Amino acid sequence: MNAPATQQWLRVCAVNEIPLLGSRLVECPSGNIAVFRTAEDNVFALLDRCPHKAGPLSQGIVHGETVTCPLHSWNIDLKSGEAKAPDVGCARRYPVEVRDGDVFLALASA
Amino acid sequence: MKKMKLVVVGNGMAGIRTVEELLALAPDLYDITVFGSEPHPNYNRILLSPVLAGEQEFDNIVLNPRSWYEENGITLHTGRTITRIDRARRRVIADDGGEAEYDRLLLATGSTPFMLPVPGKDLRGVIAYRDIADTQAMMDAASAKKHAVVIGGGLLGLEAANGLKLRGMTVSVVHLGDWLLDRQLDATAGGLLRRSLEERGLSFLLGRQTEEIVGNAEGEACAVRFKGGEEVPAQLVVMAVGIRPNTALAESAGLYCNRGIVVSDVLQTFDPRIYAVGECVSHRGVAYGLVAPLFEQAKVCANHLARLGIGQYQGSVLSTKLKVTGIDLFSAGDFMGGEGCEDIVLSDPAGGVYKKLVIKDDQLVGACLYGDTLDAAWYFKLLREGRKINDLRDTLMFGESAIGDVGVAGQSRAAAMQDSDEVCGCNGVCKGTIVKAIKDQGLFTVDDVKKHTKAASSCGSCTGLVEQILMNTLGSSFQETPKTKAVCGCTDHTHGEIRKAIREQHLTTHLAVYRFLEWRTPNGCATCRPAVNYYLLSTWPKEAVDDPQSRFVNERVHANIQKDGTFSVIPQMKGGVTNPSELRRIADVADKYAVPMVKVTGGQRIDLLGVKKEDLVNVWKDLGMNSGHAYGKSIRTVKTCVGSEFCRFGTQNSTQMGIDLETMLANMWSPHKVKLAVSGCPRNCAEAGIKDVGVIAVDSGWELYVGGNGGIKTEVAQFLAKVKTSDEVKEYSGAFLQLYREEAYYLDRTVHYIARVGLDYIKRQIVDDAANRKALYERLLYALEGLPDPWAARIAGAQKQEYIPIKLIPAGEPA
Repeated sequence: MNAPATQQWLRVCAVNEIPLLGSRLVECPSGNIAVFRTAEDNVFALLDRCPHKAGPLSQGIVHGETVTCPLHSWNIDLKSGEAKAPDVGCARRYPVEVRDGDVFLALASA
Repeated sequence: MKKMKLVVVGNGMAGIRTVEELLALAPDLYDITVFGSEPHPNYNRILLSPVLAGEQEFDNIVLNPRSWYEENGITLHTGRTITRIDRARRRVIADDGGEAEYDRLLLATGSTPFMLPVPGKDLRGVIAYRDIADTQAMMDAASAKKHAVVIGGGLLGLEAANGLKLRGMTVSVVHLGDWLLDRQLDATAGGLLRRSLEERGLSFLLGRQTEEIVGNAEGEACAVRFKGGEEVPAQLVVMAVGIRPNTALAESAGLYCNRGIVVSDVLQTFDPRIYAVGECVSHRGVAYGLVAPLFEQAKVCANHLARLGIGQYQGSVLSTKLKVTGIDLFSAGDFMGGEGCEDIVLSDPAGGVYKKLVIKDDQLVGACLYGDTLDAAWYFKLLREGRKINDLRDTLMFGESAIGDVGVAGQSRAAAMQDSDEVCGCNGVCKGTIVKAIKDQGLFTVDDVKKHTKAASSCGSCTGLVEQILMNTLGSSFQETPKTKAVCGCTDHTHGEIRKAIREQHLTTHLAVYRFLEWRTPNGCATCRPAVNYYLLSTWPKEAVDDPQSRFVNERVHANIQKDGTFSVIPQMKGGVTNPSELRRIADVADKYAVPMVKVTGGQRIDLLGVKKEDLVNVWKDLGMNSGHAYGKSIRTVKTCVGSEFCRFGTQNSTQMGIDLETMLANMWSPHKVKLAVSGCPRNCAEAGIKDVGVIAVDSGWELYVGGNGGIKTEVAQFLAKVKTSDEVKEYSGAFLQLYREEAYYLDRTVHYIARVGLDYIKRQIVDDAANRKALYERLLYALEGLPDPWAARIAGAQKQEYIPIKLIPAGEPA
């Protein structure tokens, strides 16, 4: 995923500072972002708001490439941000990359 | 890889259900071709009776429209009958000469109505009742002709008779037996049914043997003649005397048949490439004619076709409902009784209500209900579970609502409810929404309803009610929740099987469990992971390592998440006793962290609500108190009354007893939350009657009660034992809780666990067997020994990252 020109890549943390099958909460001026790490060391970033009732996805259980919201157990696909059927909704995705063991997130510049 | 070819012979409910299950498991494994003799796509045969009665339309009973076959890449041949299987060349040959190759063949040829071999059976106007064509023929006849005779007073015959009557014909039902539905009802209920159908204008000719169908010069039926010469007029004769598995095709291919195509427990015929499901099969000598068993078969068969190789079909317990609007009857199991059985009967013929429960060896083995079937689902559940009913026996006849239960669980009158009445209070789902979803989306199970409507998917207290609505809506096609239910979609194993494997195979890690039990997902899901984590920890204490990522957020961060993402903090306050110094610290913390609400809980503690996650560790540190575990599947609190120290009625020091118990159980994880209470006298101010373990002091000692619950469904605790000393209170309570920890399924409260194993079993383990009690108690103390207070551990630095958010500020933003 390439960031548009108005975005900038910022270092978040080292990959191993995110627990395996877990996440870290990243506070940004534009809102909270949840950064997830799967068992295969893939990293994903979503807006930390479940499309259902705004539950903090960063606090959910990660399994496969899915996170289960802690409030009402909606399952959100980490790759697409979309809720799994029969629920309908979508959490915003953010471009995220791993470079040399560090996690980088693309954020909009001011 | 080239796809394998699957050919399905039979486009009915069993065959297509198997295909649906298969597509869910392995969508890309096969190229699928379906042959059906009828010119229609798969429709719901069960709803033909409502169509005949004018309550449904043909268009509405289609389960899989042609577009479904297209979307799933299935080649559908309707109106083509397969006449030959060439097993050597692995081909099927259709009546029009067309051929199809297969790697796997699924036979779902259904059944054929049995036609009485009497003279005149081939006359025009003599039909069976099986498919859309038959139904259409009956509807046509009803508009042109007057007299109908239905031969056979079974379910299908009565539904046909009812429909023809509603369409304006004069209908007589001929039946060889002494009463109607003699395979589903006993004589009394059969009599009541007859009376109510006669009130609707049907007439009955019982004990008659049909000798001939008399025709006129045009070759049309005009009368039915019985043995003895009696004759009744009949321009339409419907034969509904039974069905025969349709085995002609299989037999001609040399497959072993014996009153059905003989299949194994994995629905395989004697040719390993050929499977068979539905009414055409004979499984362990039984051929089923109702839909629920067919769906169970479909599930198992699909699993094996998908090469997963898990699951066996072990036969079904059947129940019966008649789809005649306004007549409620239900039967299941061995409702006739007999040697070694006892009957409990309620008979109110004037009121049109009759209930008979058959009990054998303390278990419900049969039920026959007429007029009031609201508890049918519950009886059927008791019957399938084979649960001991001695504790329920006094009130069994009066249904689930009579068993000391004031909650909202399931016993509400589903049939009497309005469409606008709310069923699921958690998700705001009305009865009408559920009924509509069941009809429109073709739902058959409680799980389906949960997924599509959210009803019963939160607290679950309305599950019984949803089950009743399903039953009322679907009639005999209702598919009950299997008693041995898989934990989740990741596995076909049940909670019991997982516990057993962990214990017997000495599995100590998640990965080992998933590997050994062949999980379908790499690392489970939010349903199975917490369960497996608990089973590992409780089976191998001090050996299995806790996995925080497999715990729900509350247990991972040791605080309770609130709707806005903040947390609540409840410090331990043993027995509800505090002191000025603790209260001052709590007040200071509330001020310092601007805690929005400070509240006294139901468990005699103080709750600080609205704490930010990043403040949690500092809040704990400033409080200087232990975790109250008010967030976990764990020990919660021991509620106490004032007791003999101050109270003028108190007989024992209940407060100290509570403090001692809470000290003993600190940091205990369990299958679900565990609450205790100790009251100082039988006035029971600590409400010990609705706790998992309730202790009530009497002058001569302590009474122990177990399995109470004040939650979703109020349950009164049951008496376990009376003991003399406070050490015995600790030993008995500890042993009971350890038994629960070792044997209960994850998310079962003590009441559910006791309902499963029976209170007698608990008493044998805890009260009668002193050595076992001591061993259990020892194991509990061993498991708890040395467990750190989780808050202290985190103040010392454990899982530090969990609580610290990362702050990112893009360039150009004010910091």
